[in-house]
Amino acid sequence: MSIFRMAWVIAAKDLRIEYRSRTALHTATLFAVLVLLIVVFARDGGTVSLATLGPSVLWITIALASLVTLNRAFMLEREHSALDGILLAPISRSALFLGKWLANLVFVLVVLTITFPLWILFYGVAVTPALLLVAGVALLATVGVTAIGTLFSAIAVRTRHAELMLPVLMLPFLLPPVYFAAQATVRLLGGRPLDELLGWLRFLLLYDIAFAMLAAMLFPVVVDE
Amino acid sequence: MTDSDSPFLVVRALERRFGAVVALREVSFTVERGEVVLLLGPNGAGKSTLLRCIAGLARPTRGGVTVAQQDVHRDANARSHLGLLSHHAFLYEDLTARENLRFAAQLHGLDSVAERVEVALADARLTSRADSRVFGFSRGMMQRLAIARATLHQPPLLLLDEPFTSLDVAASGELRERVRGERDAGRAVLCVTHEPGELWEVTTRVIVLRSGAIVTDEPRPDDLQAFRARYDALVAE
Repeated sequence: MSIFRMAWVIAAKDLRIEYRSRTALHTATLFAVLVLLIVVFARDGGTVSLATLGPSVLWITIALASLVTLNRAFMLEREHSALDGILLAPISRSALFLGKWLANLVFVLVVLTITFPLWILFYGVAVTPALLLVAGVALLATVGVTAIGTLFSAIAVRTRHAELMLPVLMLPFLLPPVYFAAQATVRLLGGRPLDELLGWLRFLLLYDIAFAMLAAMLFPVVVDE
Repeated sequence: MTDSDSPFLVVRALERRFGAVVALREVSFTVERGEVVLLLGPNGAGKSTLLRCIAGLARPTRGGVTVAQQDVHRDANARSHLGLLSHHAFLYEDLTARENLRFAAQLHGLDSVAERVEVALADARLTSRADSRVFGFSRGMMQRLAIARATLHQPPLLLLDEPFTSLDVAASGELRERVRGERDAGRAVLCVTHEPGELWEVTTRVIVLRSGAIVTDEPRPDDLQAFRARYDALVAE
């Protein structure tokens, strides 16, 4: 069976389990809403406008909510050592990586889909066609973030304090995509020329390619004892 | 030497280190089809580490393992010849019994998945609970499902890691009969255990590990009590 077919079997299993329990989805969505609200109430309304904060808050929220979602990726493999059950099967470790990555990508995009309208609502973002491009930037950023997140959640789950370990490992690697995406969003919402945007999108694309390749190469080493 | 002449499982000069700790030292043995081999030893002797190396779950520091002449650490197909049953069930509590087996069947690339799963559920006496989530299963039901999962692809080599842990008398008897059936069908079984009496009658060979090294590898003696006395001497430091 092809690597992609196997990856789909693994992703479908994860999606089915999450659909049943909704553990990660509910937690990450609630977490995202709280972060959005906390910043609204914590800001000094007289000096900092919501429009100024909006792009940064969106990306900080997405990054932190992704962490909550990614933590779940391998935690569900911990019960009854289910990960060993997959590793015993005659499939490549790359298929496991692809399957987990795909499932994580879907989870984070679902959280994003719920968070995005709330961000528009709470931060008074004008509903213009530029928002479609912001959604495109989000998709681009999510690809790389979930790739490296899949690798790190596989590392974290083998440690005794997996829930604490993942943020420590992940946050430094979230800085570049958060920065690139926030810069692109500022320019999109400000109606700046496309030229100013392209550089940041290239950085995001480069991040996706580099970290997806790195994660795919290191994953087999990480899951084998 | 042809495929049929070669030992089915070959463990060759296996060494596994955890930092400065040597868990396995130059471990070498073979297992043929139709053999039931007991792997005995005190706690910390390296039994479970050895089984994980054979299953391809842990990489040896040196040496290698081949099953049906395929290296388990280099060739993913080698793992299709293996089944592992341990005190962990490898099951997902939020999936039903049927979904767990279907997932395992898909991972092994089996054909006629639906039919195989139904047969396995019937063998495990779980047909009536096939669509119940594993979350509510008793220990015995979980173990029966775990056995069904481990043997769904009818592996020629079944690895058992202390499989009798927390099983009641009836479930232990069922597992013993299962092992006998595997042996009679010409499949090999390698079982890590602390209690040789559980499988003594169906065992063909005994290997004893101490401090990561094999101290004896012999055909199963007839007298279990005499063996127990000798075993104590073998594993004494």
